Amino acid sequence: MALTGLDIFKLLPKTNCKKCGMPTCLAFAMALAQKRAKLDDCPDVSDEAKNKLAAAAAPPMRKVVFGSGDNQVQTGQETVLFRHEEKFHSPTILAARVSDKLTGDDFKQRIEAVNALQFERVGEKIGIKALAVVNDSGSAKSFASACSAAKEASDLALVLVTDSADAMAGGAAAVKGRVSLLASATVETVEAMAKIAKDNGCPLVAKAGSIEALADLSEKIKAAGVEDIVLNLEGLSRQEQMYNASRMRVLSLKKVFRPLGYPTISFVSEGDADTQMAAAISLICKYSGIIVIDTVEPWAVLPMLTAVMNIFTDPQKPVQVEPKVYRIGEPNENSPVMFTTNFSLTYYTVESDVEASRVPSYILVVDTEGTSVLTAYSGDKLNEKTVADAMTKFDVEKLVKHRKLIIPGYVAVMSGKLEEATNWEIMVGPRECSMLPKYLQEMWN
Amino acid sequence: MPVPEVTDSFAGSVNRITLGATKDDGGTRSSTVTIGGAKNVVYGGLVEDAGETPVVAMDVLDSKPEDWPEALVEPYKDVLDKPGDWAKKCVEEFGADLICVKFDGIHPDKGDKGADHAVKVTEEVLKAVGVPLVLWGCGNNEKDNEVMPKVSGAAKGEKCLIGIVEEDNYKSLTAIALADGHFLITAAPLDINIAKQVNILVSDMGFPLERIVTFQSTGALGYGIEYAYSIQERQRLAALSGDKMMAMPVICDVGYESWRAKEAKMEDAPGWGAVADRGPMWETATATCLLQAGADIIRMRHPRAVATVKRFISKVWKNKG
Repeated sequence: MALTGLDIFKLLPKTNCKKCGMPTCLAFAMALAQKRAKLDDCPDVSDEAKNKLAAAAAPPMRKVVFGSGDNQVQTGQETVLFRHEEKFHSPTILAARVSDKLTGDDFKQRIEAVNALQFERVGEKIGIKALAVVNDSGSAKSFASACSAAKEASDLALVLVTDSADAMAGGAAAVKGRVSLLASATVETVEAMAKIAKDNGCPLVAKAGSIEALADLSEKIKAAGVEDIVLNLEGLSRQEQMYNASRMRVLSLKKVFRPLGYPTISFVSEGDADTQMAAAISLICKYSGIIVIDTVEPWAVLPMLTAVMNIFTDPQKPVQVEPKVYRIGEPNENSPVMFTTNFSLTYYTVESDVEASRVPSYILVVDTEGTSVLTAYSGDKLNEKTVADAMTKFDVEKLVKHRKLIIPGYVAVMSGKLEEATNWEIMVGPRECSMLPKYLQEMWN
Repeated sequence: MPVPEVTDSFAGSVNRITLGATKDDGGTRSSTVTIGGAKNVVYGGLVEDAGETPVVAMDVLDSKPEDWPEALVEPYKDVLDKPGDWAKKCVEEFGADLICVKFDGIHPDKGDKGADHAVKVTEEVLKAVGVPLVLWGCGNNEKDNEVMPKVSGAAKGEKCLIGIVEEDNYKSLTAIALADGHFLITAAPLDINIAKQVNILVSDMGFPLERIVTFQSTGALGYGIEYAYSIQERQRLAALSGDKMMAMPVICDVGYESWRAKEAKMEDAPGWGAVADRGPMWETATATCLLQAGADIIRMRHPRAVATVKRFISKVWKNKG
């Protein structure tokens, strides 16, 4: 929680010496609270005050980074409970589980299956971001060789999952050079695990069965010199897990309870792929920073990745599609041409209804700064000029032989001016695009 | 280590309503469904604060759908033109909590069937199943105003949930729903202010607020779900803050919206997995996601999606976890 000017004032020398350039210590405190001044400007501030102020300035949830190069991932640093309040900052990292019992071809196949889980959506690449090597074998030797094989076979960020400090030491050594998330330290292994994390410069997962125990454990890890911590509540029912995750989010963000001010990791492996997907979707929405999944079925993973994308979009910024001409089906020089705006929701609704019509078409997307048809029209971002400009810019004339342009029913009023501006015949389409299939089938056949 | 108390207690709660009228209550339903009652956000506070368990209303269309993808037709292929049998199948085999009769076939562009047909379908479904019904018009104002009042009459006294009414078209259906003792769906196009406005308009006509369920419009996963998600969260928060005009339970139309997604139905999509799996998964994911924001009734279509979603609900909503 940010300190107020008065809170800060109490920590200052209160000498009004003016060395900071401000007339009084109170004025300086106010400036600090508004981040208009730096504490260093006060030459006489005590170390105690410095520590307190630095601690108060830290974000309520720490950012934790692992992986290397282009495959570095980050989690944490969330600020709100509900996405509409601001936005969710660090998209949930989906990690695929790889057992250290797999060897040879089985291991290779698993890695290949994971590597295939990369998709493109709305022009953005989404995919599995990490591999979680799990010490199912119980053998430190198998674990070390699986970790090393995973490092060889994939550039993805790694999560090393074992409860044995011996196995962890071997695994961490095997992947040296790639900052990996070590999972996990328990109350029994905290000292040994923290040492491994510290020696290797890796973040460490704290694992416990209750919020209270987790808070104790994270403090111990921090005391041992590891600051990058991820929290894992284990051994609870799905219901308890969800309620506790929400409570932890409130404690870290609203109460600024530092021992819980870290991102969280969850493991989803029970049940079939359908069940795992439902569990993962709920964990994506409700606060899991990292989710380790067992299923690698693309039909189960694609919805999870899409959910991450949707839930973590910035609600203040409308999602836009690139303004250009989109070809639906295989349109030719006789196919219909229509326009809509570049607000993604508008575009995708139109696109799916045009697809449903099975009439190959061109959709011209006019740049309206991500607003819908009516909003853009009333904001003058959609008018005869912006449409005519877009038609010129994207060479619409060359696409078709006819000169007929279908416009959204809601902006029928611009027909006249648009006809003048373009010399095209204007056809007023339906108001609701769910009527597009029928419209296209009837008007264009 | 002692952990600070989290004492988020709210002044308001979501209205608790019971759909369906049994014999004692003047209807013919063999069971009722109670929804709403949440006193906190989803997973906030104590398990008891979650209120009633969310329920699934499975869609039954009044006329055989012509454009359903193969994967969705398959489970219903013998009953698609028999609404009564279709409804029975949903309840007895797939565990539907409610049946939502969707009157697509009355739409001028989709068959233009008349009130007689709609009344017959309503009677058939009422006879075939004992669960409460949702009765949902076709979306064409004129046609809905002509047909839905007759549908309402055919189910008089059954305490159905009937809709939808919108800002610019609410009067006739509201009046008849009031007279016939039904519950009403007020709808808005992903706009929380309009949603509230419709509730105000309807209540100005004397329709009791505690007989309303809101429909904020639904976006499928990948197709605007984040808008529906945040509006539902905001509605829940408004309800908790004591806003009576926003304290209604919420219904989502997941089945229709998710099966429009290209991920659900595009046959040839290398790398995405079999289309037979993708459709049910897209529907499951959309439903599960919206449940996290607060949803009381979810309209769904595919039995596999319904089964997964009901299993999920039973794990996190029941009082003993």
